[in-house]
Amino acid sequence: MNKQKVILVACGTGIATSTVVCKKVEDLIAANNLNARVIQCKISEVPGYEADADLLVTTTIASRTYTIPVIKAINYLTNINPQKIDQAIIDALKE
Amino acid sequence: MTMSINEYLNKDLIINNLEAETTDDIFYALSEMLLKSNFVKDSFYDGLVKRESKFPTGLTLGKYNVAIPHTDAIHVIKPAIAIATLKHPVTFTNMDGDGEVDVNVVFCMVLKEPHSQIMMLQQLMFLIQNEDVLKSLSEAKDSEELYDILTKFDCITN
Repeated sequence: MNKQKVILVACGTGIATSTVVCKKVEDLIAANNLNARVIQCKISEVPGYEADADLLVTTTIASRTYTIPVIKAINYLTNINPQKIDQAIIDALKE
Repeated sequence: MTMSINEYLNKDLIINNLEAETTDDIFYALSEMLLKSNFVKDSFYDGLVKRESKFPTGLTLGKYNVAIPHTDAIHVIKPAIAIATLKHPVTFTNMDGDGEVDVNVVFCMVLKEPHSQIMMLQQLMFLIQNEDVLKSLSEAKDSEELYDILTKFDCITN
């Protein structure tokens, strides 16, 4: 069995929009039987988790470059084409 | 305990047809109102302004657009949602930094801890995705009507 993937979900304060996105990603993991778990944090805390994570899903401005792929998840908040984000996350975890 | 959006709404925390030129004008009006009702500390305004400049909160939805300004829990005494409809749209930066958006309705989220607020946050997101609700909020006559629209919406989603 492959190692469990770690998805960071980050927003500016780590308490508002990332909470909504966290729930969406957790639902996506459950619905698709993905071997992954979610860590919710502030965008400023990402560097501390980055080394052990596989993917960053964020609602805010990613002010620097990261070593892991970054997916913008505004669509989860506006519900405009959220399937695009679902697919991007699934694809990113396959790699 | 999870709480629904209704429990965060308060008739005293709603401004109808706010005349504002800038985001700071809006934040000042909202902060004053929240401070008067003891929901926030006096550092809340600075917190909002600083956070918005670093992490903007405009959301482009379509005909009616919203912003969801908020700041760190240290500035907050009691959680709530403060709402302002704007007489004239005010320009915010989009949350992902990708361009600007003319905002009609502002939902200021006064938040304490993560997770406990998930239900309210989901309902708020569900609400802003509903163009009819945003339209009626934008066209409401007074804060009483705004309050009614919002609390009625809560009944529907529960």
